[in-house]
Amino acid sequence: MAIAARIVELGRSAEPSAEIEVLARVGASALTRFANGAIHQNVAEDVRHVSVRVALDGRPARCTLDGPPDDDAVQALLWRALEAARARTPDPDWPGLAGALPALPVDHWDAATAEAEPAARAMQVAGFVRAADGLETAGYCSTDASAVAYANTNGQQLLGRSTVAVVDGIARTGTSDGSARAASVSLGSLDGAVLGAEAARRARDAADPVDLDPGRYEVVLGPACVADVLGFLYRYGFNAQAVEERRSFVRLGERQFDDRITLRDDVTDPGQAGVAFDAEGTPKTPLTLVHAGTTVEVLYTRRTAAKARVRSTGHAPETGEEWGGLVANGVLGAGDRTADELVAGVGRGLLVTDFHYTRILDPRTEVVTGLTRNGVWLVEDGRMRRSVRNLRFTQSYVDALAPGAVVAVGADRQLVTDPDGAEPFLVPSLHLRSWNFSGGARG
Amino acid sequence: MFDVATAAVEAALAAGARYADARAMEQRSETMHARNGVVDRLDRGERAGVGVRALIASSWGFFAVPDLSVGAARKAGTRAADVARSSGLAPGLPTELAPEPPSVASWASACLEDPWSVSLAEKGDLLEGVTRTMLEHGADVAEAQERVWETRKWFVSSEGHRIDQHVRECGAAMNATAVGETETQRRSYPGIRGQYGTRGWELVRELDLAANAARIAEEARALLSADACPSLEATDLILGSEQMALQIHESVGHAVELDRILGWEAAFAGTSWLDLARLGSLRFGSDLMHVTADATLPGALGSFGYDDEGTPAHPVDIVRGGTWVGVLSGRDSAARIGQPSGGAVRAEAFDRIPMVRMTNVGLLPGDSSLEEMIAATDDGILMDTNRSWSIDDRRLNFQFGCEMGWEIRHGRRTRMLRNPTYTGISPRFWGSLDMLGNRSEWTFWGTPNCGKGQPQQIGHTGHPAVPARFRGVRVGVRG
Repeated sequence: MAIAARIVELGRSAEPSAEIEVLARVGASALTRFANGAIHQNVAEDVRHVSVRVALDGRPARCTLDGPPDDDAVQALLWRALEAARARTPDPDWPGLAGALPALPVDHWDAATAEAEPAARAMQVAGFVRAADGLETAGYCSTDASAVAYANTNGQQLLGRSTVAVVDGIARTGTSDGSARAASVSLGSLDGAVLGAEAARRARDAADPVDLDPGRYEVVLGPACVADVLGFLYRYGFNAQAVEERRSFVRLGERQFDDRITLRDDVTDPGQAGVAFDAEGTPKTPLTLVHAGTTVEVLYTRRTAAKARVRSTGHAPETGEEWGGLVANGVLGAGDRTADELVAGVGRGLLVTDFHYTRILDPRTEVVTGLTRNGVWLVEDGRMRRSVRNLRFTQSYVDALAPGAVVAVGADRQLVTDPDGAEPFLVPSLHLRSWNFSGGARG
Repeated sequence: MFDVATAAVEAALAAGARYADARAMEQRSETMHARNGVVDRLDRGERAGVGVRALIASSWGFFAVPDLSVGAARKAGTRAADVARSSGLAPGLPTELAPEPPSVASWASACLEDPWSVSLAEKGDLLEGVTRTMLEHGADVAEAQERVWETRKWFVSSEGHRIDQHVRECGAAMNATAVGETETQRRSYPGIRGQYGTRGWELVRELDLAANAARIAEEARALLSADACPSLEATDLILGSEQMALQIHESVGHAVELDRILGWEAAFAGTSWLDLARLGSLRFGSDLMHVTADATLPGALGSFGYDDEGTPAHPVDIVRGGTWVGVLSGRDSAARIGQPSGGAVRAEAFDRIPMVRMTNVGLLPGDSSLEEMIAATDDGILMDTNRSWSIDDRRLNFQFGCEMGWEIRHGRRTRMLRNPTYTGISPRFWGSLDMLGNRSEWTFWGTPNCGKGQPQQIGHTGHPAVPARFRGVRVGVRG
């Protein structure tokens, strides 16, 4: 906090009329990557990042520094930000800075993870590789720790810290891949050997796949696929900017989803990750976006909130603000079925664990194309009959969760994140009535 | 600054590395974005630090610190060796480096008008002005953006490399979105990602955003009422050069990255359908297909003097007369297949490990023109400007969408088509290439957002491209 507050005071002295906010992030980030059963890329870095946004007479500009925040560097950073703000054109939509409001008590932190040595990550990897029992393996183990401080000239001051550890990998037979992953605040709670064994089992189960005709099938989507679906719904749908511009599917108060769908955004959930405020110093408020199928809320930044004459929900990213509200802690309500029970409920359909290279075709309809990956299984009469080759799908993600489209929700909720820490989602598997597979991966 | 990089390398060697290299870097960047007549984002960033790579036995270690002091560099070198040593808990095949004579050199990209010398007011006026024009001509949402990057780096290796480079890049983009009752339509100029190069602000002036703002807004509006692209199992497909750049990037560029072929990206980006045993004999496409990776092209976004292992930029043949003949490689990957480095290893910043990246991967021009292709097509579809892109983890099955299509009948454009998409299998698709645009249509498209690696790195790549015609392509895939 000291550095953020110090920069605000320096700025106030230099330009008393300026609105100034500072976001400072200090930490360590490391990722141990393996392929062909061996560690081939192993990286670590110290992180020292300072972001200063100033506004002069409604002309905002942001300057950032990745480097030591010594006095000279900080003075230069402030000077550049003030210079840029003076030179730019006015912004009539500038909403001003956040006021002083406390954030909720959130501490997704594990000291051992923050201090994890390279050997700790390498041992997770070695465990994964050994447990795959001779199958080729690939993946990564990462640890990230950051302390974040925010201060502004309105008196808002916030501190937060967060750790995240991930083990994510695949095992490969000559004809198939199988995946397993886990993410947590604590590296110590992850077990690379358990995950390696699971990936190997799935890879062997997926061996010698056959072609399946494209078409509409029931599906059971694993947590990674469900997180992908939510990612698109968040970015293009539950984003107040998209709503304001009529590019979103969202219609507040309408039953747009199956009544089995309840979606919250909640950084306070014990299974989530991250800090309790956004890049504008707005405390994150636990929100219900969808309640029993009815869309009830969207995500705001200060800019989009001002336009809608509401309060920001605390979802402003540090950069890329032209995208609107993005920073998410999605939590999809869990059901009461195990993953096996979801499969047992399928008449004739497919079990899919992973998607690959999903891209949106139209934001309004949320039609997305992508492919399956790391194992697809044909399920008939509740039994996994055999593995099939990867399929391409072209599917509206909104339609997939529409009223009547969700057969069952799993109890197997899992934190799904990526090594860059974007948008952690806490999600279960879903059994959906229909999914449009538009082609085989072989054409 | 060479002292900083040298200190990092010496510390890594002292800590047990048998090879080490380091990049001391200073980078600054600018992003200005306007929406509906107002600049809603102005960001300027500065990054400075050193990244060290250490090789111990068969294992690499990398450590980066945002600090350009000699003391911090020494600590980073030691930490890189520690990281490499831990990699030995899961060791792999012996790591060798393809021989590369140590260069002592300096290189800078050409820049006629320094982008930093152009005032923020002028940039803001440009972006706000074109977005207002788009609104006046039918857009519901109008966006425009300019970006500038400047990189100075000092590279030192334990083999004696000592290279400094100064690269300036910039470019711009704009798009108009029209919102209908059930869907949105978008037109971009000059392409979905804009246009970027290793050039100065002259590139942005040449784009002439103002002259194209009204047109794309009107086209976006017109697309809302256009007929949908028909679903056809096979038709003749003509692609404009911007979409060809994407086609090359996704289905050729990534497929020929040697790290993918060797399985180093298997869990994330994926592998490749290409089999090294068939390098030099595998048919990738038709006889018209000549693809090179050439980091020496002046002004292209993937150009540089030396890659991040100190290998001089040089052209590499990738596909010659339809036959796959080359890969994108670095010193360690090339050594695995007994070849010299392709000079294609780069890092996004000081805090990212250098890895195989595309340089300027593009098609050499042919002898037709877009208008000749249209005139020679009895029944087909013309598509241009990328809108969506998805390809499988072996870079074999793709489905791409464009912003706008045109039906071609009896050698003429007839009706506009919305939501045009096409799908194919890479060698089959490239094998159907039968007409290729000429040198006058050759454009060095720049892609500033190529994601790869974990942690992810955003790479800048170039793609020389011309319009092209393909036969018997499936189009109009729907959700």
